[in-house]
Amino acid sequence: MRVLAAMSGGVDSAVAAARAVQAGHDVTGVHLALARNPQTYRTGARGCCTLEDSRDARRAADVLGIPFYVWDMADRFHADVVDDFVAEYAAGRTPNPCLRCNEKIKFAAVLDRAVALGFDAVVTGHHARLGPDGLLRRSVDAAKDQSYVLAVLTREQLDRSIFPLGDSTKAQVRQEAAERGLAVADKPDSHDICFIADGDTRGFLAQRLGETPGDVVDASTGAVVGQHAGAYAYTVGQRRGLHLDRPAPDGRPRYVLSITPKTNTVTVGPAEALEVATVRATRPVWTGGPRPDGPFECEVQLRAHGVVVPATVTVAGDTLHADLRHPVRGVAAGQAIVAYHPDPAGDIVLASATITD
Amino acid sequence: MAYLDHAATTPMLDEALESYVATAREVGNASSLHASGRRARRRVEESRERVAAALGARPSEVIFTGGGTESDNLAVKGIFWARRAADTGRRRVISSAVEHHAVLDAVGWLDRHEGAEVGWLPVDGAGRLHPDALRTELAEHGDQAALVTAMWANNEVGTVQRISELAAVAAEYGVPFHTDAIQAVGQVPVDFAASGVAALTVTGHKLGGPVGVGALLLGRDVPAVPLLHGGGQERDVRSGTLDAAGIVAFAVAVETTVKGQQEYAAGLAALRDDLVRRVRQAVPEVVFNGDPTDRLPGNAHFSFPGCEGDALLLLLDAQGIACSTGSACSAGVAQPSHVLLAMGADDDRARSSLRFSLGHTSTTADVDALIAALPGAVERARRAAAPRTPR
Repeated sequence: MRVLAAMSGGVDSAVAAARAVQAGHDVTGVHLALARNPQTYRTGARGCCTLEDSRDARRAADVLGIPFYVWDMADRFHADVVDDFVAEYAAGRTPNPCLRCNEKIKFAAVLDRAVALGFDAVVTGHHARLGPDGLLRRSVDAAKDQSYVLAVLTREQLDRSIFPLGDSTKAQVRQEAAERGLAVADKPDSHDICFIADGDTRGFLAQRLGETPGDVVDASTGAVVGQHAGAYAYTVGQRRGLHLDRPAPDGRPRYVLSITPKTNTVTVGPAEALEVATVRATRPVWTGGPRPDGPFECEVQLRAHGVVVPATVTVAGDTLHADLRHPVRGVAAGQAIVAYHPDPAGDIVLASATITD
Repeated sequence: MAYLDHAATTPMLDEALESYVATAREVGNASSLHASGRRARRRVEESRERVAAALGARPSEVIFTGGGTESDNLAVKGIFWARRAADTGRRRVISSAVEHHAVLDAVGWLDRHEGAEVGWLPVDGAGRLHPDALRTELAEHGDQAALVTAMWANNEVGTVQRISELAAVAAEYGVPFHTDAIQAVGQVPVDFAASGVAALTVTGHKLGGPVGVGALLLGRDVPAVPLLHGGGQERDVRSGTLDAAGIVAFAVAVETTVKGQQEYAAGLAALRDDLVRRVRQAVPEVVFNGDPTDRLPGNAHFSFPGCEGDALLLLLDAQGIACSTGSACSAGVAQPSHVLLAMGADDDRARSSLRFSLGHTSTTADVDALIAALPGAVERARRAAAPRTPR
């Protein structure tokens, strides 16, 4: 096959490209330039979008002996990921930009362009299994599993995707990179959000959304217990940085329970008030097969690297309803609910949807 | 493999390569006083004479450098600094909008860091500079002008400028004129003295010499402040141990290409015209860029409406055809060509361009390979041209 390897400059995508070459594919490497101004993105060790990362990717491509190009996706990335990120926070939700980037950039804009140019598939260094059965499964490396941020992909997108790393642990990938003479073998993993260079999400949002002071209200008493500079800066389950005027009547710590953009209110309450036993979500994507007719049993994950809980899922129209076997804390609107079918060969992704409440 | 990117770099001539290897085997620093040093010195000075003779300069006017970018920087910054030092009112640099980045960015740097003022001369739709525009500029700002710098032939679209006419206008106002002749030497007649320019940039690897060696021809009466300080090896304007092997090979390449220029250019132009004719046949809607007649014989430059140049490049590369979008890269991201924008092209047309440049190893087979691959590539690139997301 003629395949396009998306190369971030990190170790995973370099080894994924190497394996595609070894599998006999005709591989072309592409680095995505996502930053309008590369200096403002995370540098070197911590990112994927800087000049240094671009050079690392090119060097890896040279070692593999494959053509290498840089594709400018900065405008698309800004519109579909960064602007979306800000808009979601402004609406009181908690977005996952990596998921959005997969959905809109890597497996959409890039894949579309690749297909138009005559490529059969896109290869990435994501840690997830995608075998001949077409099912998306968790990586063998549970700590590195990225099936959660890939579950948003449709059948059509997955049919044109290759994830060569799903059967390997991160340690194995690093070792293989070293054996192949790839200089990125020891490059630290990227973390956090690539387009927020200093990691200060609240500051990033404040710069774009401005200060909008409002009340912090205690759910149990209805009393105003503090002020905030912008409800968008808060995430459900957050405890730190609440700056409450006084301790709660019961003397126990307070957590963000909800954000109401309409009234610019942040509601706080005790930990147990965070617990939810039912989750509703919208826009389901049926990755693991056709949409089921009736309720089904599965395991659900409600955020990246979050806990997994057994659940019964019911579908009604465009809405997905999950009854959790036991309550969990810190479920935030805007995040994805991903339903898995437990399987010894790697839990199978059944569906993904965006949590509404 | 069809190599159609000779304007980026062209294979070394056999005689240049052989002279390089032979000289590189010899030990000797041209500044040393002993026998080995004298031998190296002799090689360098013979080369200086050969370059001077080939380009209509005096040997003392040849300053060897590390290549075109250094020569351009030395001319632009060095002459600016010297002229401003002599007369603090002279801080205006007059340049064109279609210069190579080695000139463009040097001028931009003087503007940002050295208090220079810049007068940008426009070009017409074919990329031509007009002497009248320079005259108007100098009539207004002649007494503030430090230098004029304008390229002999454009590296992207191949347009050849009327350099002696432009230099004559500058001379009327007593302003030194520098020209970047990197693409011109070996392809069109270049005579330093006859052209009337004060400084001229030439480099080795565009004409069959090695990369990393070139020269600035600098008139004896044109002061320039050095960029590189040290041993003062080159007329105290440029320091650094002389690269005898590189200089010898450079001189051989200059001498050889200039001697054969007329015949070579005629053959190259015929092959290029064939390429242009067949590209137009294969893709009737192409736009041919640059001056149709006053252009480099090896240059063909097109816009392919509805395509992105970098997609075309990828597709042609996959079929063994090497060409260039001709535009500058920042982080490998293709920017629309400033040359085409200056010629009045819109962003889409600028981004849809490809340069095919022929050279001394080019054959009809190269053109055949291009014509075989091009229609399919254009069709695919058109499909890949993503509809612009409205925002």
